Amino acid sequence: MNRIGAFAGKLRVPALSIFVALFIGALFIIFTDVEVLGRLLSDPIGALSLGVGRAATAYSALLRGALGDPETIGKALASNGDVQLWARALRPIVESVVASVPLIFVGLGVSVAFRTGIFNIGGAGQYTMGAVGGTLAALIFGGGVTPAPIAIILVMIFGLIGGALWAFIPGFLKARVGASEVITTIMLNFIAAQFVFFLVSNFEFIQKPPRIQPVSKELSQFVDLPGILPIESLRLDIGIIVALLTAVAVSWFLFRSTRGFELRTAGLNIAAAKYAGMGAASSIITAMLISGAISGLGGALVAVGTVKQLSPGIAGSVGFTAIAIALVGGTRPSGVVATALVFGLLQHGGSLMQVTTSIPIEMLLFIQALVIAFIAAPELTLGIIKNPFVRRSKSVTK
Amino acid sequence: MKLELQGITKQFPGVLANDRISISVDKGQVLGLLGENGAGKTTLMNILSGLYRPDSGSIRIDGTERTFRDPAEAINAGIGMVHQHFMLVPVFDVTESVVLGSEPTKGPLGSFDRTTARAQVVELSKKHGLHVDPDAKIESLPVGVRQRVEILKALYRKSEILVLDEPSAVLTPQETEELFEIIRGLAKSGTAVIFITHKLNEVIAVADKITVLRRGTVAGETTPAAATAASLAEMMVGREVQLTVSRSKSKVLEPILEVNEMSVLNDAGAIAVDRATFEVRSGEILAIAGVQGNGQTELVEALTGLRPIDSGNVMLESKAFAAGSPREIASAGVAHIPEDRNRDGMVKGMTIAENYILNTYHLPQYSKRGLLDRKAISAATEKAVKDFDVRTPSIDTDIASLSGGNQQKVIVAREFSRNVRLVIAAQPTRGLDVGSIEYIHRRIVEQRDSGAAVLIVSTELDEVLALGDRVAVMYEGRIVGILDAKDATRERVGLLMGGIVA
Repeated sequence: MNRIGAFAGKLRVPALSIFVALFIGALFIIFTDVEVLGRLLSDPIGALSLGVGRAATAYSALLRGALGDPETIGKALASNGDVQLWARALRPIVESVVASVPLIFVGLGVSVAFRTGIFNIGGAGQYTMGAVGGTLAALIFGGGVTPAPIAIILVMIFGLIGGALWAFIPGFLKARVGASEVITTIMLNFIAAQFVFFLVSNFEFIQKPPRIQPVSKELSQFVDLPGILPIESLRLDIGIIVALLTAVAVSWFLFRSTRGFELRTAGLNIAAAKYAGMGAASSIITAMLISGAISGLGGALVAVGTVKQLSPGIAGSVGFTAIAIALVGGTRPSGVVATALVFGLLQHGGSLMQVTTSIPIEMLLFIQALVIAFIAAPELTLGIIKNPFVRRSKSVTK
Repeated sequence: MKLELQGITKQFPGVLANDRISISVDKGQVLGLLGENGAGKTTLMNILSGLYRPDSGSIRIDGTERTFRDPAEAINAGIGMVHQHFMLVPVFDVTESVVLGSEPTKGPLGSFDRTTARAQVVELSKKHGLHVDPDAKIESLPVGVRQRVEILKALYRKSEILVLDEPSAVLTPQETEELFEIIRGLAKSGTAVIFITHKLNEVIAVADKITVLRRGTVAGETTPAAATAASLAEMMVGREVQLTVSRSKSKVLEPILEVNEMSVLNDAGAIAVDRATFEVRSGEILAIAGVQGNGQTELVEALTGLRPIDSGNVMLESKAFAAGSPREIASAGVAHIPEDRNRDGMVKGMTIAENYILNTYHLPQYSKRGLLDRKAISAATEKAVKDFDVRTPSIDTDIASLSGGNQQKVIVAREFSRNVRLVIAAQPTRGLDVGSIEYIHRRIVEQRDSGAAVLIVSTELDEVLALGDRVAVMYEGRIVGILDAKDATRERVGLLMGGIVA
């Protein structure tokens, strides 16, 4: 009973944060609508009901885009196994999961660093360099040079190495000369993107013919990650499986291993870690290596499997969204996976919302930012909605 | 003025901090308010100074009921607080510090009238016998004098009720005696004084009447004439307490720790420990006394591998360990109870079990092929929790939710879980309740009796005198004297603590 209570307690703030952020998002949709504003003075009730209707339309489009259209799903259920219909019914939710894969990886990666007390905000750069590693491995070993399974494994290994190397630099600098990882990792994000630009615009081996655009060759010609769904047109590949296994591995590492114990101690109380004889420098470097490797693995799998191409902007907003996810998920692997799935839903659902209601997808960035703000201020969040089940008691044992 | 607090009740979530507390102090009277940490003294004073509002109960001054919505109202009503941690600006001089916030002004622009201010401060200090140089910079003053400045500040604001919160914590015994003189003088001139402390001897020395708090209620009222230290301790704890540590004569054997001409720098690069030389032998307790900030922290950090030794050498069982890391030193048989348990001694947010293995987790008994052996860890922690009487619902409880005494027991259990040749205990009982102090002292003496060498660093003179077989005194980084227990009287140690080498 206590365990369930504790679990519910941990979920309280994140769940409330998402809920309140969506609510405020709705207010924004209502009060930024030109038509609503235009009628607000002359016909306030009509204007508000129009606004509420608009918000409802937007959020229902968001839901349909994220999870699927009930009507289509009904048809698919009635169709007795029509592959086309099933593909249409499942595509939204599958795409939402696809969108969450990079978030899971980078979210897990930065969580390991956060747990160690290092604010690694270089997830984007490490992810990008992992994508570089994976792309190079695909170009070198794919296309029949080595058997497909070996090529896939090499893609993953190169991704791990790419991300780890990129994270090693700020880790080493922090451990040796005390350089702030916040600054170094941000800078390395830019350098990683420019490095990709350099690669995909200067090398025939990499650049897509006829070498006009700064993008790599189509990678699916070299390595094809196996899908995991029986319907071929749904592009969910082994990336999600690797992501979930990584979450389990991270959890195991943090909470069961000796090294993980050292990292968590350093993260919670660096003075006590020194007192206990744990090497602070080696904790920093280990945490950064692992952190970068996980993000890099994600970069490689997504570049080769989902995007099938390397481009300078491959990381998109993954780096910053992943920081939010790590914080919302309490830097706990299970929390990170759950939050990444929710953010994946929001992201993919948001694209349909944009198409059907002309509400820009930036609205979702706004909602994500609000979620972070509320998570960062739990007292504020709890204050907004006084939860009757909340007993803020201090446990004192004498 | 006469101050009465009647039936003050203050409930915090899960804690009834004050339960119908009534105290009173008359014009010209000194009330000693005695209680352990957590007894409710601080809450009561925060209510009196306007920081909290009571759930029920009333504050009366000269018979009229008053409510304070904020500290400014309490100050205007004549209540002056002198906090344990001084609130002074180091670069200001005494005059500026005293008048800060209610400065005399002159001219149309209201510029600071320094001449008047200085004259007022001089007059005030003369009137109350508080000798300070009005032009001295705060940062150049010793702690005892800074405290006088705090008291002057309160008097300058026309306080007629003066509240002193643990005022002797930072003072040498001689400075404490001077403080008592000041308090007696203030009372004579009509000020009502509330003197908050957990030190039994002090209330007996200075108070006119004594109120004892226990667990948020008034446990008893008495007078110094009727009370003894033992009776007060019993009132404070609720049961009979052994005030002296019972211990047999020590069987002193070979030296375990030899420190030779050791110098250590502080964070700013200045000399914090200046050529310290001493030894601690098997079967004895060497207690290092001294006012806080005289190099004790750096001394302990150097001996435990947390701070480099600048010069000199240190031998542990005849082996040099000057370059040792904390882990090497720990595995050589050194137990370290750190000065600041919140900062160094434990990791809040981790469980009791995790804190128990904090510096032994890497040993084969707990770690196999890079993974923690949770069964072995649980079994060892369960045993330690039982052996050391740690009161906790479970070993998986976050250590942050334990009381200070139980937290310290976990730390002591951890440090004594290894083979111990040398115990280095810095402020081992700071902030603990009497029961826990008793317990931890007993455990330390046990280590000595089983042949370990024990080095205790404490700013509490009572603790030093109760435990030390020999007493060393540190002053400005130097060991200014080492006395045998039989020669270590309160007066001699006190003089040494003030840097006076007879």
